[in-house]
Amino acid sequence: MEYSILILALPLLGFLTLALAGNRMSHRAAGITGTLLLLAVTAISYFTAADYFMAGRDMNGVFAETVPYNFKWLPLGEGLSIDMGISLTPISAMMLVVITTVSLMVHIYSLGYMKGERGFQRYYAFLSLFTFSMLGLVVATNIFQMYIFWELVGVSSYLLIGFYYTKPEAIAASKKAFIVTRFADLFFLIGILIYGYYTGTFSFTPSEAALTGAATVLPTALLLMFIGGAGKSAMFPLHIWLPDAMEGPTPVSALIHAATMVVAGVFLVARLFNLFIDYAPETLHIIAYAGAFTALYAAVVACVQTDIKRVLAFSTISQISFMMVALGVCTGSDPHAGGLGYMASMFHLFTHAMFKGLLFLGAGAIIHAVHSNEKCRMGGLRKYMPITHITFLIACLAIAGIPPFSGFFSKDEILAACYEFSLPMGIFMSLIAALTAFYMFRLYYLIFWGKSYYETELARYRAGEIEAEPHKPHEAPLTMTLPLIILAAITCLAGFIPFGEFISSNGEAYTIHLNTKVAVTSIMLALAGIALATAMYIKGESRITVAINRTLRKPIEAAYHRFYMDEAWLFVTKKIIFNCISRPIAWFDRNVIDATFDKLAKITHKCGTFVRPLQDGNVQSYSIFFLSGALLIILILLYLI
Amino acid sequence: MNILPVFIIIPIAMLLALWCSRNIRQTRAVMVTGSTLLLILSVYLTIDFIQLRNAGESADMLYTASWSWYEPLNIAFSIGVDGISVAMLLLSSIIVFTGTFASWRLQPMTKEFFLWYTLLSLGVYGFFISTDLFTMFMFYETALIPMYLLIGVWGSGRKEYSAMKLTLMLMGGSAFLLMGILGIYFGSGATTMNIHEIAAMNAIPTNIQYIFFPLTFIGFGVLGALFPFHTWSPDGHACAPTSVSMLHAGVLMKLGGYGCFRIAMYLLPQAANDLAWIFIILTTISVVYGALSAVSQTDLKYINAYSSVSHCGLVLFAILMMTKTACTGAILQMLSHGLMTALFFALIGMIYGRTHTRDIRKMRGLMKIMPFLAVGYVIAGLANLGLPGFSGFVAEMTIFVGAFSVNDTFHRAVTIIACTSIVITAVYILRVVGRILYGEPDNDEFKKLSDATWDEKFTVICLVVCVAALGIAPMWVSDLVGSGVGSILSNI
Repeated sequence: MEYSILILALPLLGFLTLALAGNRMSHRAAGITGTLLLLAVTAISYFTAADYFMAGRDMNGVFAETVPYNFKWLPLGEGLSIDMGISLTPISAMMLVVITTVSLMVHIYSLGYMKGERGFQRYYAFLSLFTFSMLGLVVATNIFQMYIFWELVGVSSYLLIGFYYTKPEAIAASKKAFIVTRFADLFFLIGILIYGYYTGTFSFTPSEAALTGAATVLPTALLLMFIGGAGKSAMFPLHIWLPDAMEGPTPVSALIHAATMVVAGVFLVARLFNLFIDYAPETLHIIAYAGAFTALYAAVVACVQTDIKRVLAFSTISQISFMMVALGVCTGSDPHAGGLGYMASMFHLFTHAMFKGLLFLGAGAIIHAVHSNEKCRMGGLRKYMPITHITFLIACLAIAGIPPFSGFFSKDEILAACYEFSLPMGIFMSLIAALTAFYMFRLYYLIFWGKSYYETELARYRAGEIEAEPHKPHEAPLTMTLPLIILAAITCLAGFIPFGEFISSNGEAYTIHLNTKVAVTSIMLALAGIALATAMYIKGESRITVAINRTLRKPIEAAYHRFYMDEAWLFVTKKIIFNCISRPIAWFDRNVIDATFDKLAKITHKCGTFVRPLQDGNVQSYSIFFLSGALLIILILLYLI
Repeated sequence: MNILPVFIIIPIAMLLALWCSRNIRQTRAVMVTGSTLLLILSVYLTIDFIQLRNAGESADMLYTASWSWYEPLNIAFSIGVDGISVAMLLLSSIIVFTGTFASWRLQPMTKEFFLWYTLLSLGVYGFFISTDLFTMFMFYETALIPMYLLIGVWGSGRKEYSAMKLTLMLMGGSAFLLMGILGIYFGSGATTMNIHEIAAMNAIPTNIQYIFFPLTFIGFGVLGALFPFHTWSPDGHACAPTSVSMLHAGVLMKLGGYGCFRIAMYLLPQAANDLAWIFIILTTISVVYGALSAVSQTDLKYINAYSSVSHCGLVLFAILMMTKTACTGAILQMLSHGLMTALFFALIGMIYGRTHTRDIRKMRGLMKIMPFLAVGYVIAGLANLGLPGFSGFVAEMTIFVGAFSVNDTFHRAVTIIACTSIVITAVYILRVVGRILYGEPDNDEFKKLSDATWDEKFTVICLVVCVAALGIAPMWVSDLVGSGVGSILSNI
């Protein structure tokens, strides 16, 4: 599989070309170069994945890890070294497919969405950089290589969020995203240091002896690494950067902040799954509880947001938490006994990437049409944007868990795994699934149903109340609708992929079977959620909605402000770290330490001034000093002798 | 033939040629020729050195030679290099070369400026090739004195004050250092000034080591911005002209780390082992304290100066860990910090040359006005905050992995504290980038400013390429410095 190096080489080449020569290219040339290169990468990735799975299982009945490339990049003495290479495992093969698919869709979509934007070439350069880093992350042969690409992914995300660099919100958001994830990465790094020192390697699969020796510290190391993953995957309370990251161009949100980068944390836990199961099962359960809480928090907040991209952002947080929970509830590596969650998590990662990418791209088309993110500017769009409407609806049904769309199958497995773990966990997650259906359909109705903002405005314009004629919403161009259609098709069909045949917790084939009890419950709950949303929002904000809003004003307001988490963080960073630590230190440095040295110089100077009069050039005083000095010495000598 | 003396002969020839040069053209021609020759020479030396090592040359020092020049005190002009010095020579050549281009348009008294500049580099080269305590000290002083004039005459702002402060503090360090050197010389029996011979004898009594180790370490530490002796750095850098800042932060501050390792720790091993903890605490403070102070600064050069305190603190921190990996990391960090800071100061100088302010509150939207410089600044910033692919990451990771392998709670704890600097660094870098480069330009006067000229572009591109090259292909450095670090550590 030597050709697999192209998977990394081509996007890097694309980045370098566009970054160095992009300014001399036309927009069209730059866009097409980027997209074609990515098309090639996608083809190679599909081929690699096919090749990998076709090669079949080894004699243990699992898909063995294949490492086409691995070389020592940085020797670190005492047997440790950072290696770079390409490693293929079932999940990395799956990730290759997910990343390149969504990335390709985003590349095509952006040809239309970003048309005429200043910095178009730069945009495609950054997309290539991101794709390169993300692919490097999933094929990493060891934890340190993963960390390296992890950082690169972070910086690509920073650059893309801040793409509109003249917009203050975008600047702030990009900075926040980078610093929050960097903070989490600090824990990741410490985790890696512990892991590397005690196991003597950065490999994902250290020898049995090394692991036994490190057994006491592994739970700590793994927990620290998970915190790193929680930063990237926006787990509470490190989630605060993700909603703000929506300041980036919408296709970027689809690619990075919905489908690929934010699942890096999940991927990390999955990659280390065997270590978790064997050496730190309790840590895994901590992950489950953290995930469950985040899922609830994000779902509640999503119910009341007015910016459609923010709703999607919180829904992403909530869905990623589902994946984390699924991994966390595993108690063994046999998929029939406690290991179902692993497969479910990866399955959900796959389907979620597709339908969430679709939702974001759909949202992008809507924003493109109405020039706003706010729900009040929408309403009744189904007439004007039929393709977007249908595809968006498909995605909503998928995320709500309605069969036969893909989300149903993956979520069903997750819920089954949760029930297997414990009844309360199962019930809890089922309720959140119902909440998901509610807020997604709230969003759907607010955008596509109810009173049309355009028509209202048009009426006012005709009545002469406003000056400007409102802009008529229009369906997006083909470059944008084509990716929507493709992703919608995948969303319809992906549920029928025999996913367990490829990926399962111990690598052996596992046949997915629907758990009737769980499936029926979750469908009922989803339908209930949808029904509630329909009742409340199908005709704009109905009377019930207003009544509910009035009675629950306080909690709704709190949820709208995301329970003041951002303010809490801001308090810590601005008030405590900046004002109470950094400022005083800077003051201390100038006014205490520096002043001490200045004082030293001054004192020396003073001493000089003090003895200077002795040298006044007057012969009489010199002779007096000389005589008295001589006398003194004589006296002393006499006294001593 | 031994090529090391050429590192001294070229600057001397340059000094003479500069003396004779009649106009700015000739001055520039001399500087470009000389610094290019030095660069070629050090690249050649690096390659030759690696080849010799691969061919099995296992002596501590290669290219050794010695000429006695003051018998009564056993002072000799002894030269020789190991991998560490080779790396430092390479770094110096790159900075001297790019610094020449960074001060291409410097006015007035260009010739005089370059005279002092060359004298400074002469001192630096001499320092890195010497293996004799006294000769080394002499070159050390040669490198420091020109700094006073370079800042005092060609600087900006409160230049006299800063130049005086910098010189006095470094001279204070030198005084400690001189005591340290004499202590080592007499403590070891007063028969030789050669570092390696002293080390081989290992005859300095422990109680004497306890006195002279702190003196020597602090003496060099002042130049390496050791807390609390770092306060010359912000003022000095803020007032220095561009290329002097580059050379100072890029190379001179490395003299400190190099000296601490090569002299203080190598020659006074017992004390180094026993007293390391004091300095580990001080350097840990440097690392975090420097970064935290940088967060609330508003002057670009102050931010970078404090960032240097933090990064150079990491160099001293790493050598005190006394593991091979950490010390290799320290050398990497010296190279990396030298290149990155030179790049930063070059860019700040270029921006300042246009806007005439370094106050980050007064600038906005420079990305639109001077895209080349702004992109350069973003790259420098990302390199500084340790992005993989640039040198900073490699150096920091090597240090952290190396430091973490010292298995006791104290070392672990300080390593973790030092690790937090990677987050704080991100904060102050992104704060500046967000403030001055992004956004809409709001000052009308700035809108008509021009982007980089060819010489500025050349400087920036050279340094960016070096930073990236070191970040992408770092493996050769550990081949280069491994044996040198190993032999010093084996003595500790």
